[in-house]
Amino acid sequence: MTEINVIVDGKQETGAVQDRTLLVHWLRDSLDKRGPKIGCDTGNCGACTVRWDGQLVKSCMVLAVQADGGTVETAASLSEEDGSLNRLQQCFKDHHALQCGYCTSGMLMTATDFLCSGEPVTEEATRRALKGNVCRCTGYHNIVRAIRAAAEETP
Amino acid sequence: MTSDQLTRPAVRFTGKPMPRKEDDRLLKAQGEFGDDTPVAHLAYVVFVRSPYAHARITSIDVSAAERVDGYLGCLLPDEVEQLTEPYVELQGPPADVEVDRCLASGGVVRFSGEPVVAVAASSREAARDAAAAVVVDYTPLPHVVDARSAVLPDAPQVHEQIGSNVAFDALYDWGDIDFALENADHVIEVDELHFHRFSSTPLECGVVTVEYDAGVDTFTFTGGFATPQLATFNLAVALRHPANRLRVLSKDFGGSFGVKLNTHIPATAAALLARKLGRPMRWTETRSEHHLMGGHGNERWFRDVKMAVQSDGTVLGLSYDALDDVGAYTRYEPLGGVIWTQVANACYQLKHLKVRYRSIYTNKGPVHPNRGYSRMQHMWLVERMMDIAAHKLGFDPVEFRLRNYVQPDQYPYTTVNGCVYDSGDLPLSLRKALDLIDYPGARRLQRELAGTGKRIGIGIGSTLDSGTNNFAQARLLNAHLPFGGNTEGALVRLGADGSVYATTGGVAFGQGHETTVAQVVADMLGVAYDHVHVQRGSDSSLSAQTGFSGSYASQFAVTGIAAMINATKRLIREISLVASSVLKCEPEEIELADGAARVRTDPERALPLAAVAGIVHFSPVDLPPEVAEEVGLVARSVYRAPFELPDLDRKYGNLTLTYATQIHACVVEIDEETGHTKLLRYAMVDDCGTPINPMVIEGQVHGATVHGISAALFEHFAYDEHGQLAAGNFYDYHAATALDLPSFGYDSVVSPSPFTPIGAKGMGEGGGAPLHALSAAIQDAIGTQGMVLASFNPPERVLQLLRGLDAEKVQVLR
Repeated sequence: MTEINVIVDGKQETGAVQDRTLLVHWLRDSLDKRGPKIGCDTGNCGACTVRWDGQLVKSCMVLAVQADGGTVETAASLSEEDGSLNRLQQCFKDHHALQCGYCTSGMLMTATDFLCSGEPVTEEATRRALKGNVCRCTGYHNIVRAIRAAAEETP
Repeated sequence: MTSDQLTRPAVRFTGKPMPRKEDDRLLKAQGEFGDDTPVAHLAYVVFVRSPYAHARITSIDVSAAERVDGYLGCLLPDEVEQLTEPYVELQGPPADVEVDRCLASGGVVRFSGEPVVAVAASSREAARDAAAAVVVDYTPLPHVVDARSAVLPDAPQVHEQIGSNVAFDALYDWGDIDFALENADHVIEVDELHFHRFSSTPLECGVVTVEYDAGVDTFTFTGGFATPQLATFNLAVALRHPANRLRVLSKDFGGSFGVKLNTHIPATAAALLARKLGRPMRWTETRSEHHLMGGHGNERWFRDVKMAVQSDGTVLGLSYDALDDVGAYTRYEPLGGVIWTQVANACYQLKHLKVRYRSIYTNKGPVHPNRGYSRMQHMWLVERMMDIAAHKLGFDPVEFRLRNYVQPDQYPYTTVNGCVYDSGDLPLSLRKALDLIDYPGARRLQRELAGTGKRIGIGIGSTLDSGTNNFAQARLLNAHLPFGGNTEGALVRLGADGSVYATTGGVAFGQGHETTVAQVVADMLGVAYDHVHVQRGSDSSLSAQTGFSGSYASQFAVTGIAAMINATKRLIREISLVASSVLKCEPEEIELADGAARVRTDPERALPLAAVAGIVHFSPVDLPPEVAEEVGLVARSVYRAPFELPDLDRKYGNLTLTYATQIHACVVEIDEETGHTKLLRYAMVDDCGTPINPMVIEGQVHGATVHGISAALFEHFAYDEHGQLAAGNFYDYHAATALDLPSFGYDSVVSPSPFTPIGAKGMGEGGGAPLHALSAAIQDAIGTQGMVLASFNPPERVLQLLRGLDAEKVQVLR
C-alpha cells in the first residue's frame, strides 16, 4: 500500500492505495465522489472524466498513485459556492441535455475543458470535443446545444 | 378524468416543457446510482464465466481462490441446483423443460460468457483475483451460432432435453395471402433478409447490491430493476422465499431500454452469497460482461418473403418465414414471438398477412427486450419490402407510402389481427419530415452529384411505437399463462405539513417521471410545481406497485400517469371531505387552488392544504368521526387499461392501447471508394398524442433516433464460428459519438388518443425508424444494382452493395 496526498475538489485528501488501484476507484470507493462513473473497461466511454492538474483525463486510465501530490477536479466541484448550478450546468438543464444522468458528469468535465480552451465553439468543434464521451440517452443533439449556449452566454 | 377536469382550476404545468426535477442532483454529481451507495461491511461478487460457447463442466477447483487474501467464499452450480428453483419459463411444451438458473444449469454452459462460479471477496480487487484463480475444466460440445443451422435436423442441441432448438413455433395467418399472391398484379419475392443483433447498451451496466437481514429473514435488493414486481416474483420463486420478505429498490438508474428486465438472475447469486456469508454483496457488471450477457436484441432472419401489389400501387399483404435467434436461454423470450403482432400492419392498410414464426435457441448471449422490442424487426421488414417494391416496380417511394398508409379518417383502425390503432396522421407526418430535409433540394443534390464518386440517398422510415401492453397476449404464446390486461399503481399523500409526496409504480431510468408526475399532480391539487415531491426510483415496500409495474413497452404516459391521476382524485376527495366539514359546505363545493381548499363560489372561505393536513394528522377532534376515520391523506389507486382477452384460436384481439407514430427522413452521402455513409440531414416527426412535457418527448425521440442510427451503421454483436462474441467492448462495439452524428430536424403532430385518460400515448421506444430510414437511404443511393437486405450496413457492406450484393435474391415474379 502506498500513501497518497491529493487535492480533490479543493480539499486535501490522504489515502492508502494499492499500486494497481485506479484513480476512478479511489475517488469513488474511498472518497464517495459520485462524479466519475464507470461505463466501460477500456477508456472509451468518458463517464469517468476528471481534470488532473488542469489536464482532462479519463480517471480509469490513471493510477491513483500517479495522482499523488497533484490536484483533481470532479464534477462535484462545478456548482457555484452557494450550491446553485453554474452556467454550464444551467444550460444543460435548460436544454434537456441529460436523461439518466450517468454520462453527465463526464460530459460536464469535457465541456468545461473545451469552453476554457479558447477554441471557437462551433457545432463541429463541439462535436469533436465530445467524441470521447458516450451518451446512450440523449442523442447528443441537446448536449451540443447546451454547450454552445453556455459559450454564447459567457460574458 | 377528462381534459376538462384537468383544466380546472387551471392547467399551469401539464403540457409545458417544465424543467426536470431530476436534473439538479444529477448535474451536481449528487445522484445515487447502483455502484454509488457506500454500504458497511460490503463484499464484492465476481463471476467466473465460460470461455466456450457450449461445453460440459468436468471439474471446478477453487483451492487457489481460497488462498487469495480477502476471499470470502463462492457459489457453485451444484449448490445453486440444491438451493434454487429454475426460473419460470413462459413457453409451453416441449421447450418448457428448459432449465435456467443463475449459474450454468445441469453442468453445461451454453454460451460464451455464461456464469459458472460466483466468487465473493472483501474488495473488488480480491474478488477479481479470486475469480481468476478458479480453475474450471470443460469438455467442449458441438455448438451452433446461426439460427438457420440450428433448425437443421442434425444441429447440435442447445438444450438436449427439449429435442430440438425450437423454443416457439407459431403460424399466424390473417386474411388470405395465398389468394392475394395468386391474383395480385405484381408479386415481389425476396429469398432472405437479416435483422442483426445489437442492444441499447445502457452506459451504466448491471449492478445489484443484496443485503440479507437474518433477524427478519429479509433480502433487500438495490439496483436496476425495470420491473420490480416481476423481479420480486421471479426472485421469490427462485430463492423459495416469501415475496413479502423481499424488498426491491431502485435509485438513480443509468438506462435500461428494456435490457434490465432480467436483473433478477445475477441478483439470485448475490442473494445466496449474502445469506451464506452473512455480508452485503454487490455485483457490478463490467462492460465486457454486459456485452456477453447483459441482454441482446432479437436477431431475426426473414425467409421466403412474398408481397402482393396491385398495379395502382396498392399493397395487399405479405407472407414470410421468421427465424428469431433468441440465444441460449429464453428468459423474457419467446414473448417476442407474439409482441411483434401488436404492429402486424406496420403503418399500412395491409389486408393479408401470413407469418410462420419460430424462436430458435443458439449458443449465443440471451436475448432480452430491447428498445423497439420485436416490433421494429417486423416493421423494418415491412418498410424494406415497401421500399424494394417501390424500386422494383417503379413507384415513387413517397407516393407509394402515402397511398398505403393508414389514412387519418380511418382511425380507430383495426388491423388484420384485431389490434386497434387509436389515432394518427401519417401523411401529415411524412410531409413534415420531408420538409425538414428539403426533399426537393435533396433530390436535386442527388442528380447533381451523380457520377462524382459521391452518391446521395434519401430514405424514409415509417414506424409505430405501440404502448401499454395487453398482457393477455402472453396467452397466444402459451394458453396456460395467467396474464391478462394491464395495470399500474400510484400513491399520493399529503404530509403533516401539507407537502405533497407522490410515488409511482413505474421506475424511471432517464425518462423524467419525477417531472411529468409533478406536472400533473401539481395541476390537479392546485399547488406549485416545486411543492410536489416525487419518489426517486422505486421501492417495492411503498405499496405503489402492481404486478405489471415498471418502465417498459412505452406506457408510462398512459399507465403511470393515469394511476397517478386516479390516486390524486382520491386524495382530492379526502381533502374535500375535511375542508367541507371545517368550512361548513358540501364536499362537491370545494375546489383546490393556490395551495388551499376553498369554496368554489366563495373563494375567501378557504383552508390551506397545510391546515387540512394539520387537522387530519394532529387535531382529529375537529373533524366528525366518520370523516376522521375515512381520511388518511394517503391515496393509493390503480389504473386498469381497458382490454379484453384475445381470441386465441384466431390469434385475434387488441394487444396494445396506444400507437404513437414516428416518421423519419434522412439524406445520406455514400463514398463509392470507401463505402462510408455520411448523414447529411436527419429529421424525425413524432406523434404521441397529447403531450405532458414536449421537451421530454423530444429528448426521447432524439435518443431513440441515435440508438437506431448507431445500430444501422456501427453496432453489431457478431459471433465468430467458434461462438465467440466479436464485440465485447466499446472498441469493437462502436456506440455512436457526437462526432458521428448531425444535428436533427424535429417536428411533431398531435393526434390525441381517444382511449387514454388525457389523450397521451406512451412513447420512447421509437420503433427503430432509423434502421428503416437508413436501409432505404442506402438503397436509394445504390439504385437496384445491389439490394439492401440486411439492417446492418457498415462501409464494407456498402462497398459490396455497390458491386451488386444480393441483387439476385430479389425477384419480381410478375
